[in-house]
Amino acid sequence: MAKVTIDDITIEVPDGTTILQAARMIDEQHGTNIAPPTMCYYSKLKTTGGYCRTCIVSVTQGSEKDPRPMPKPVASCRTTVMDGMVVRNNTSPELLEARAGVVEFLLINHPLDCPVCDQAGECHLQDLGYENGKEATRYEFPRREFEPIDIGDKIKLHMNRCILCYRCVKTCEQITDGRVHGVINRGDHAEISTYIEKAIDNDFSGNVIDVCPVGALTDRTFRFKSRVWFTNPVDAHRDCPTCSGKVRLWMKGKDVLRVTARKDRWGEVEEFICNTCRFDKKDVTDWRIEGPSKISHHSVISQNHNELRQVQLGVRKQLQQWDGHKYGLGEGALDPNNQ
Amino acid sequence: MSKKLLLANDHIPGINTLEVYRQHGGYKALEKALKSMKPDDIVEEVKKSGLRGRGGAGFPTGMKWSFLAKPEGVPRYLVCNADESEPGTFKDRYLMERIPHLLIEGMIVSSYALGANTSYIYVRGEYFYIIKILQKAIKEAYAAGLLGKNILGSGYDLDLYVQPGGGAYICGEETALLESLEGKRGNPRIKPPFPAVAGLWGCPTVVNNVETIAAVVPIVNISGDEYAKIGIGKSTGTKLISASGHINKPGVYEIELGVPVEEFIYSDEYCGGIRNGKKLKAVVAGGSSVPILPTELILKTAKGEPRLMSYESLGDGGFATGTMLGSGGFIVMDEDTSVVKNLFTFARFYHHESCGQCSPCREGTGWMEKILQKFIDGKATMSDIDLLWDVQSKIEGKTICPLGEAAAWPVAAAIRHFRHEFEEYVNRPESIHDVKHYFRLNNIEEA
Amino acid sequence: MTTTEIQFSQEAQQKVQEILNQYPKEKSKSALLPLLHLAQAEFDGWLSVPVMDYVASILKIQPIEVYEVASFYTMFNLQPVGKYLIEVCQTSSCWMCGAEDIVRYLEQKLGVPTGEISADGMFQVKTVECLGSCGTAPMFQIGDQYYENLTFEKIDAILEELKQENKRSRYC
Repeated sequence: MAKVTIDDITIEVPDGTTILQAARMIDEQHGTNIAPPTMCYYSKLKTTGGYCRTCIVSVTQGSEKDPRPMPKPVASCRTTVMDGMVVRNNTSPELLEARAGVVEFLLINHPLDCPVCDQAGECHLQDLGYENGKEATRYEFPRREFEPIDIGDKIKLHMNRCILCYRCVKTCEQITDGRVHGVINRGDHAEISTYIEKAIDNDFSGNVIDVCPVGALTDRTFRFKSRVWFTNPVDAHRDCPTCSGKVRLWMKGKDVLRVTARKDRWGEVEEFICNTCRFDKKDVTDWRIEGPSKISHHSVISQNHNELRQVQLGVRKQLQQWDGHKYGLGEGALDPNNQ
Repeated sequence: MSKKLLLANDHIPGINTLEVYRQHGGYKALEKALKSMKPDDIVEEVKKSGLRGRGGAGFPTGMKWSFLAKPEGVPRYLVCNADESEPGTFKDRYLMERIPHLLIEGMIVSSYALGANTSYIYVRGEYFYIIKILQKAIKEAYAAGLLGKNILGSGYDLDLYVQPGGGAYICGEETALLESLEGKRGNPRIKPPFPAVAGLWGCPTVVNNVETIAAVVPIVNISGDEYAKIGIGKSTGTKLISASGHINKPGVYEIELGVPVEEFIYSDEYCGGIRNGKKLKAVVAGGSSVPILPTELILKTAKGEPRLMSYESLGDGGFATGTMLGSGGFIVMDEDTSVVKNLFTFARFYHHESCGQCSPCREGTGWMEKILQKFIDGKATMSDIDLLWDVQSKIEGKTICPLGEAAAWPVAAAIRHFRHEFEEYVNRPESIHDVKHYFRLNNIEEA
Repeated sequence: MTTTEIQFSQEAQQKVQEILNQYPKEKSKSALLPLLHLAQAEFDGWLSVPVMDYVASILKIQPIEVYEVASFYTMFNLQPVGKYLIEVCQTSSCWMCGAEDIVRYLEQKLGVPTGEISADGMFQVKTVECLGSCGTAPMFQIGDQYYENLTFEKIDAILEELKQENKRSRYC
């Protein structure tokens, strides 16, 4: 076991645990919000993580034995804890500034097409930009552009939106046979592609849609049917010979608009589902409904009133402390409680 | 006076052949190693020699070797990094072209020391003619019983192969090189595990630069202690320096570490001074990724001491006033050179060579090139200087591999020491034609 | 051409075997880069999809694994190229010593901009990054041949010689 302290909270974790996993454990146990954001790491897939650099943290004490700090921020998803390690995430302004830099890099070539993007409302990049980014970009050059393409009749690839997290590639490598798509070209020309237009045709290929953190891979059977926040997610299951059959239905009235895997509080698939469940079972009678889904990942689709209230409370606090005298107003003049 | 350990015989006709190489003492180190030394003895000699990795990072070779895991029943590999691609660096090419057997001898001795029975020399694909030279020399060595089974009757077996790269600077990073050698894209691996534990095909592997491996030969010949007496302080031995740019005698020079920079630039033994009687403006001393220094800081440290060609002296003052020995790619610029335009060629290079795996490097290198293009086009503003500074700072230290730093450092150093030149590009865009490249080549007027 | 029609020559097939012998049996994917070089040299200097699929079939790997690798490395041409691909280094020392002039001169002389194949299909200029020839700048590479310390006169002579020779440049 190893004792690690992240943002002043100490937890004991099994050896081999990564900093990210330890931070998530703390959040699960304490209801805190110290886990760094992730865009490429995926606990359900092997060898993911390390690429996007959004989960970087600063290690201010390497271990009990060797207390030296690590010279550079490290990717928390790929760094295992040492006994006595001390980590700073939200409590280090320098680290947050560095992360804002990473967010800016991820956004400079990302199109501003959220209003027409199917992922809007459940997009991890939106969340990331909102929570960890700056209000404006300083990038003034034309963005990278690719034509959207169909990868088979069920999946749409908008390469413009891709942040090259490699999750879809690892998904196909690890849960399907005979991967036909991958990353081609190099540097900022790199793209997810089949190179020659090929369909990703496999019982489990649809899972690439669920693991995609952005709107690069979307479900063609759901395109433009509805904004996700106008749908009701419910958990349902069926007896499926191929997969567990445990899914999430996205319903409008009695219509099943979309079927996805169920996701955990970190926005990760709980169990991968097959293409039949995902694409072909769009009738409510195909399913046994369990009840409304609880969406705990923080994004527009979660019942985010709670977090909204946090933001409002923060604003209130600032307004209460606002020194109105400088502006010829009384102390706390803008305090909503005064009105 | 120069002391030559690697290139002492480089001028001898036919030294590229086994016969002539042997006539001049070649493969003596191998005989000594196989007949009178245990593998650990060689590791010990390398440790004593103080030899540091000659590819750029300068990590102590003996220490790197001692990290190699030795689980039973698992093969170990030695891989030679001949992916020389750092702009300004061409020493490995010179060594392999002139004296291929020196590298091969070094490979056999080092493989024996590390317990490897199969080794690879990964050569950048552009050097295909070198690959042919090496293959020919390896064939000779096999025929002479210096490679293959039971080398020189010692019972030690080694197979040595040459692997071509495909055109990617990033494969000079050791884990990217291993990926490439496994037939994959040259994406650096996320460490740990380090190659010493899980390298080629998951087996313990040492990756060393060409010059490092070649240096093992004289170390075995003269002993680690004797090698350590050469050089200065912790910069022991000799170093190959690739000298290029506006100098009278560009080329590869073997120097004893500790030669004053001023002597290296101006003496006839080395660079022979600045071309066309011009004045020196700046030097990039260790390959494109190390900080550029203006004349006053490359010739003397901030403390006013003469700057020496050594790891410590070039690093004196940190990045504020110093630089690094790096790969020994010594690029000299005369008074007419535009530091901004030269930096642009570096930025274009790093943008082109970024593997694209992690976001700060993938996105940041292209962004820096675009901002620098604005300067070249006379469209930059003062705030672009600060933006450029900020972008490089957001890349540095945030990436999977050192390419991020390699791309960021030259930008930071150029702004640090030549900010006025960036400002000049902003304030007097019409002056750009003064510094824009002119038809230097054939002394003809630009049409 | 389809994959079934594509086949290495006898000589090349022998080379394939030699290359495969360099790695442990189950690690034959390591042969990918050498085989792509060989394939490019064999099949007109570039890698078409059927050629890449052919290489995939030799190594028993998925075609996408070949596309991923071929498109990563700059030496592999995924489009047809001129008979002689002239790769001009443009980085730092080469720039300082006149690489831009070399490019301009070649463009004028061949009558096509960088990247395009000349009308007779003979030449194509490509700007590349550092080739490790900084001390002998300016330079370009054609196939496995380095041409260094270039001047305009030298370039004239080189192009003339190549025209006479009329044999596609290759790295290996």
